[in-house]
Amino acid sequence: MPLLSRIFLRLALLHLVTGTVLGAWLLGAKGGWPPAPPAWFRSAHVELLLLGWIVNLIMGTAYWILPRHATGPARGRAGPVVIALLAFNAGVAVTAAGWAPAGGRTLEVAGAAAFALHAWSRVRPSFRP
Amino acid sequence: MPRLSRWLARTALLHLVAALALGILMPAGAARSPWIAGAWPVYIHLLVLGWVTQLIAAVALWMFPRPDRRLTTEGFPGWAFYGLLNAGLVLRAIAEPLPALNRLLPIAALMHLGAILALAAMLWPRIRGR
Repeated sequence: MPLLSRIFLRLALLHLVTGTVLGAWLLGAKGGWPPAPPAWFRSAHVELLLLGWIVNLIMGTAYWILPRHATGPARGRAGPVVIALLAFNAGVAVTAAGWAPAGGRTLEVAGAAAFALHAWSRVRPSFRP
Repeated sequence: MPRLSRWLARTALLHLVAALALGILMPAGAARSPWIAGAWPVYIHLLVLGWVTQLIAAVALWMFPRPDRRLTTEGFPGWAFYGLLNAGLVLRAIAEPLPALNRLLPIAALMHLGAILALAAMLWPRIRGR
């Protein structure tokens, strides 16, 4: 498993745990314990789980297992994937924290686009040397 | 495919079917049943936790590299994840739509949290180079 996949997957697990802590708090509070959390917990819970957990997991796994190139770097240039990793996760963090939702969403789109740019040429029949 | 992954994948499929059936019932049944009227969060969590996350866990526990090929996924944390996740989902499905049963929700919340911590503890050391 390449380094970038390991980073994506570990970030996915961190988002999963953080999002679940917020969700467990929200659910428990409906039953009276713990006390009701701030309103932003709900949107942060959704952001961390639907984007932080699932999309990081998909990107990390795709970078690992999509068909590799026959020539040049086996998984292609790492640059767009590094940009995807940094921009997407910064976007999720900014949006979940409620600091600048439009800026956070823009970073998420930039990250997704960078990953699409990378993955586009790897979505093809497998190369067998 | 290990036994735990088979159980997880099959139970995930059951959650998918249950969630989609609930999706059919919700628009028509809301006026007749207070449980269906309050079932929207149950519907979402059956899909996201019961279906998507449980299926991801099934495949990841099967496919992620193992530090030692002789290690299995059949130990206590794996079955704790399975039991806590699904028992927590059933409990919240019963209790969340009905205000009289909401006092049970902190238990379901702790079950969800325990399940996810068990999953993260199992997968973390398997995110590795070889």
